[in-house]
Amino acid sequence: MAEHHIRCTVNGQARRGIVESRTTLADFLREGLGLTGTHLACEHGVCGACTVTVDGRAIRSCLMLAVQAEGATVTTVEGLAGADGTLSPVQQAFMDAHGLQCGFCTPGFVMSVTAFLEANPDPTDAEIREGISGNLCRCTGYQGIVEAVRLAATRRRAAEVGA
Amino acid sequence: MSAPAAGRYVGQAIQRKEDPRLLTGHGRYVDDIVVPRMLHAAFVRSDLPSARITAIDVSAALGLEGVSAVFTGADLNPGAGTMQPSMMAENPAAVVAPLTPLAADDVRFVGDPVAIVIAESRALAEDAAELVVVDYEPRDAVASMEAALADGAPLVHPELGGNVASDLALPEDPELEAIFASAAHVVTERLVQHRHTPTPMETRGVVASFDPVTDQLEVWLSTQGPHEARRTFARVSGLPEGHVHVRMGDVGGGFGQKFFTPREEQTVVLAAKRLGAPVKWIEDRRENLLAANHARSDVATVSLALDADGHVLAAKLDHLEEAGAWPVGGTGGVGPFVAMLFPGPYRIPRIWWRSRVVWTNTAGRGAYRGPWMFESVAREQMLDVAARATGIDPLELRRRNVVGDDEQPYTMATGMTFSATTSATTLEHAARVIGYDDFRAEQARARAEGRLLGLGIGLYIEPTSTPAATLGVEAATVRVESGGGVTVFLGTAAHGQSIETTMAQVVAEHLGVAYEDVRVVQGDTDRTPFGGGTGGSRTAVIAGNASREAALKVREMVVGVAAHLLEAAPEDLEVHDGVVSVRGTPVRNVSLAAVAAAVHNAGTGLPPDVPRLLEATGRYQTSSPTWSNACHICTVEVDRITGQVEILRYVVSEDCGRMLNPMVVEGQVHGGVVQGIGGVLYEHFVYDEAGNPLTTTFLDYLLPTAAESPRIEIDHVVTDGPNPEGVKGMGEGGAIGSVPAVVNAVADALAQVGATVTEQPITPVRVVEALEAVGA
Ligand code: FES
Ligand code: FES
Repeated sequence: MAEHHIRCTVNGQARRGIVESRTTLADFLREGLGLTGTHLACEHGVCGACTVTVDGRAIRSCLMLAVQAEGATVTTVEGLAGADGTLSPVQQAFMDAHGLQCGFCTPGFVMSVTAFLEANPDPTDAEIREGISGNLCRCTGYQGIVEAVRLAATRRRAAEVGA
Repeated sequence: MSAPAAGRYVGQAIQRKEDPRLLTGHGRYVDDIVVPRMLHAAFVRSDLPSARITAIDVSAALGLEGVSAVFTGADLNPGAGTMQPSMMAENPAAVVAPLTPLAADDVRFVGDPVAIVIAESRALAEDAAELVVVDYEPRDAVASMEAALADGAPLVHPELGGNVASDLALPEDPELEAIFASAAHVVTERLVQHRHTPTPMETRGVVASFDPVTDQLEVWLSTQGPHEARRTFARVSGLPEGHVHVRMGDVGGGFGQKFFTPREEQTVVLAAKRLGAPVKWIEDRRENLLAANHARSDVATVSLALDADGHVLAAKLDHLEEAGAWPVGGTGGVGPFVAMLFPGPYRIPRIWWRSRVVWTNTAGRGAYRGPWMFESVAREQMLDVAARATGIDPLELRRRNVVGDDEQPYTMATGMTFSATTSATTLEHAARVIGYDDFRAEQARARAEGRLLGLGIGLYIEPTSTPAATLGVEAATVRVESGGGVTVFLGTAAHGQSIETTMAQVVAEHLGVAYEDVRVVQGDTDRTPFGGGTGGSRTAVIAGNASREAALKVREMVVGVAAHLLEAAPEDLEVHDGVVSVRGTPVRNVSLAAVAAAVHNAGTGLPPDVPRLLEATGRYQTSSPTWSNACHICTVEVDRITGQVEILRYVVSEDCGRMLNPMVVEGQVHGGVVQGIGGVLYEHFVYDEAGNPLTTTFLDYLLPTAAESPRIEIDHVVTDGPNPEGVKGMGEGGAIGSVPAVVNAVADALAQVGATVTEQPITPVRVVEALEAVGA
């Protein structure tokens, strides 16, 4: 099995590792770098649990090979909160609106929503539901999640007006 | 009826202790566990529904570099103990399928594990699994109950002599027949609820490590019940219970699938023991859909006899339940329970029932949120059928038959007694919130425009905290630590239920400390008292009251010590926010930390008769179920061209007693409702006639997404539950009431043009077919 050296920036730090050609980015993050916050719930690209951002774009890390991340900037759920544990605005909104129960889908949702609000800072409820429909949650019925996205969007806009 | 007042913590929508770690990627699920020398497992599974195994060749797999072992049934089955859960293993009369760790002589469903491969990495284990060659002699299979019950049908389990796992019925009842013969209205329908599967987002998984020197088995498990798992692993491995240590971290959902300890996890434990090395197995999604326990799959023929005014006089229920090949938790047979609960919240004076459980060559049935909920599905559908037959509005028909809030305790014709429920109230509340009469007017207007709107009601009562074996008892240990912090040790196993939060609220409330100072420990058989597992809507009532009792005991200890320190009488002391003070003289006070220091240090002047102990265990046992209830009403629009069903509004009026945390309660309702909706409209695990599974990815097995899920409006009716904490269980209810509500709403829409639907899932195709059948 061919092995490759890869280098990339993960959560602001330069990281490197040796991977097989077939190793997914998700497996490299989880096993190679010990970043187990990225979860795998289907490994076939449907559930969104494994969502991370690569060069600012939300992607499914179970569908991307680690070698494809050579030279890229990757952010995982571990990279969102402050060093002192202060939650990111999206994470805080999920907590405030009860947007999680078992928490297994949560890292994927938090990453997707963070990218979604960058692209659409003022979404309607229908846009929110459409925007998160690529992530599956089995616990919440999505109501707390939709509420969290709305809350995060409102706070984000308020912060911009205030700034 | 007066609502109990909320406490300082109990009853408040307090933020969850679980959230910071889960939101930041610092949760610890079983796949995050890494132990030194750990190897990885993959299963070789049958791709035939029924076949004799003629040969297994593992040589190519073993030849792959990095493969440690390949075990077959010949290696692991001899000497293995029973794999049944405690309830079945300890009941000699239980009829169980002859389950072994691995299929040895034959396979009985697609997915039956034939061998387990252990290798340096999961990828390598999977590569090697593909190199295991199994020769089969295929046999005819039965992939449905109909096929299994046919004359001369092939047998799923030849050693059991038939495909019927159990057949229970009440004796023929001539009086009941006489009622049916003379009733003003008789309605009969055959109702089908299809097979679906719990599908927690985290699949199953286990890490097992055995030390042959100390004979100690360490297991990390994704589970709903570590204590039951410990007993199961002890039985199957032959190790004494004390040599088995089971831990769980965070668990990504279960919904019943992880309540008992499934076969694969037990097999991995045996493989790890045999190998003397740690082994991890993380199920992939295809395996989870294929081989983890399935759920539902019920068929019933139901008849109701009613008088001219729409009062139900009698019912007959002939219920068939599909067990699959290797059901989890016994036969999977909740059948008799479905019949026992069938009358639900209504006066149904006489009933006859038959309940059969049928083996098929499919994945085994197991628990899924509200395992017996088919009773509500069948009953509520039949009430709507009766409403159409009698011309009485479905809400009005329910009003005429529902047991009043003040008519309880009430004993059903099946012998079940319920009390302290408010079905009649929730029925009215839900109807008011949805705007029942206005909707009927809107429905008529839409109909005039050629559009089909419908409304469905699902009214149910649920026995929570059932006094059955280990499910009826729970313990909590509360300890004031040496620095004054409080730790609660629970036998529970949260996997989304917010138990770290709600039980900390209960303890903080009754002990008199700050919520922030209470930490809850669960999921470790070495650290926590025995518990029956988290599921069955049992935690709030049983663990809640156990926690309350333990907290009150410790409070008394704290007050006893403080009384000496403050030179006051214990009855004059109050405990608030971790400070014990003299009532009326708050300056005379001592902190919990000082009380703890007085107990934990020598020379602090405590008289010898004051126990130096700030720890107590509360144990709560239910003597009868605590019943909760709810009414679900939803409205839908059915697209006549595409057959799509859109949910317009969704209302739940529910009574789960005193709410420990309303935010958590509402989250549980939301999740349950969407699971129910998913089951009715989207989720369907399909086998072809030969027994081949067709829906083993998330592209084929469709879970509801946010785009299909409605906003749910909740109305709380709060009455005290019949236990000290005043709570009622509620985790499963959302998934119970939603199914009849949605089915009835679609049926109501279709009935306007004379079309009927009595079979789930209600896919667009089925709707279009129903409309075409009546030329609409
Ligand atoms: S694990 Fe990547 S999409 Fe499901
Ligand atoms: S919180 Fe459990 S799957 Fe979303």
